[in-house]
Amino acid sequence: MSLFHSRLKDIHNQLVNKQLKVSDLVNESYERIQKVDSKVKAFLTLDEENARTYADKLDELLDNSSERGLLFGLPAGIKDNIVTEGLKTTCASQFLTNFDPIYDASVMKKLKSAQSITIGKLNMDEFAMGGSNENSSFQTTHNPWNTEYVPGGSSGGSAAAVAADEVYFALGSDTGGSIRQPAAYCGVVGLKPTYGLVSRFGLVAFASSLDQIGPITKNVEDNAYVLQSIAGYDVMDSTSANVEIPDYISALSGDVKGLKIGVPKEYLCEGIDPKVKDSIMSALKVLEGLGAEWEEVSLPHTEYAVATYYLLASSEASSNLARFDGVRYGVRTENPDNLLDVYLKSRSEGFGDEVKRRIMLGTYSLSSGYYDAYYLKAQKVRTLIKQDFDKVFEKYDVVIGPTAPTTAFKLGSQIDDPLTMYLNDICTIPVSLAGIPAISVPCGFVDGLPVGLQIIGKAFDESTVLRVAHAYEQSTEYHQNRPQL
Amino acid sequence: MSISIKDVEHVAKLARLELKDEEKNQFTKQLNAILQYAEKLNELDTENIEPTTHVLKLTNVMREDETRDSLPLEKVFHNAPEEDEGQIKVPAVLE
Repeated sequence: MSLFHSRLKDIHNQLVNKQLKVSDLVNESYERIQKVDSKVKAFLTLDEENARTYADKLDELLDNSSERGLLFGLPAGIKDNIVTEGLKTTCASQFLTNFDPIYDASVMKKLKSAQSITIGKLNMDEFAMGGSNENSSFQTTHNPWNTEYVPGGSSGGSAAAVAADEVYFALGSDTGGSIRQPAAYCGVVGLKPTYGLVSRFGLVAFASSLDQIGPITKNVEDNAYVLQSIAGYDVMDSTSANVEIPDYISALSGDVKGLKIGVPKEYLCEGIDPKVKDSIMSALKVLEGLGAEWEEVSLPHTEYAVATYYLLASSEASSNLARFDGVRYGVRTENPDNLLDVYLKSRSEGFGDEVKRRIMLGTYSLSSGYYDAYYLKAQKVRTLIKQDFDKVFEKYDVVIGPTAPTTAFKLGSQIDDPLTMYLNDICTIPVSLAGIPAISVPCGFVDGLPVGLQIIGKAFDESTVLRVAHAYEQSTEYHQNRPQL
Repeated sequence: MSISIKDVEHVAKLARLELKDEEKNQFTKQLNAILQYAEKLNELDTENIEPTTHVLKLTNVMREDETRDSLPLEKVFHNAPEEDEGQIKVPAVLE
């Protein structure tokens, strides 16, 4: 059995009691990667020498000091759009093939003070645009449960690495579902925090009004530990929320008696796989058995969310990605004729299809004559989508539904049809537009592929989201299943 | 509204992208499909709805106007494709 199947608390105790060394954990990670990553292909870059040196240092600390960070000695994988000083950060784009960051993202500083160990950088869809990892410029990550299927995306490498026991936990980023959807497809726990809870400083921007970093773990308790370590106000991010950070770990009481759950009918009708729906209904029964009450509710603007999202996210992306011009960093085209040629050729050679498509869509939506019809219209519909949730949360504590309407799809099956691919995000996108927190926890299997239950909460109420997820998880065994690789 | 190859060429120019003919055709088709789908939003009356730019109620966030050290030059140039005498080098803007 992998060391990574133990709970964080148990690992911590074993380290303190000298039954285990930090270097054993790091060994476990690299040995596992050696063994399975040729099949999973989750890692883009490994940082083995530094990780081993740091592990030895932490082992010395174990002998000489009683101070231990919350994530002491735990091997972590980091999505490759989070900048890591001195460790290549590519966003899975040709454009940033050799990009060597000169500073650490704020979350990396937080992880350093929590004393986790960075094992390497994880694959993703290029610039986080995609839901399958097939848009990576370098490699396609495979789903550990069935390697003919996608791991989801864009944080597919992060979810697959955790599911395959290559790391103890991972960080991903979520713009329209990019943590929750791959977590669901790979049978792990993924949390998108409230917008503003975790600093975005050092996260390569895709859609700045939506992007959030969050933890991917094997169980809810570990997720709370990682969130505790990375949440908090950051002066370096002007959209960081200055709120008090509660104790997420002590929130995991197991008690959901009297909890009021709203179940949006829009998440359970059109396009949902009936077997996925069965898993969700069984999960609601489990929660009912624990004393929670659920009722059907309506989020009437759900059907407009995907169109709203693609206009807004693409518009923001077209603006954010203007910085990739081949002047100050990134790959510059060879032998340009003039400065304009540097821009045109560097961008055209450096970006993949999906990135170009979204830059085009965003530029069009923002261009003269179309701004009101597309961008402004979408911003207004965003208000309606947010109001749907505000209304439901007047009466209910959480909203529960599927994370995705289906389980993972086959590699290559949707790559030529962007619109169908976008519709996989129908249940995660409205939550992103509203800026509220949501977690995906394993709630069953359909034909050997995991199903994710999405628990959505009020803004900054991660404590309730985690409490409900934990209570559910502790009454089921889905999170204990492991893929055979 | 539907977009033509000419629109795609214009947008590509604005976005500083150089597209091959094959890409222009493909993007015209795909962007039309996506924009057609987006037409859905016109079913909604949003006349009196405020746009949401941001979910947090934030206004301008300012820091104190204090001088701070800037990045050392060697760090600034660390990822630069070309540098010369303390500056990032690009081809001539005017010919």
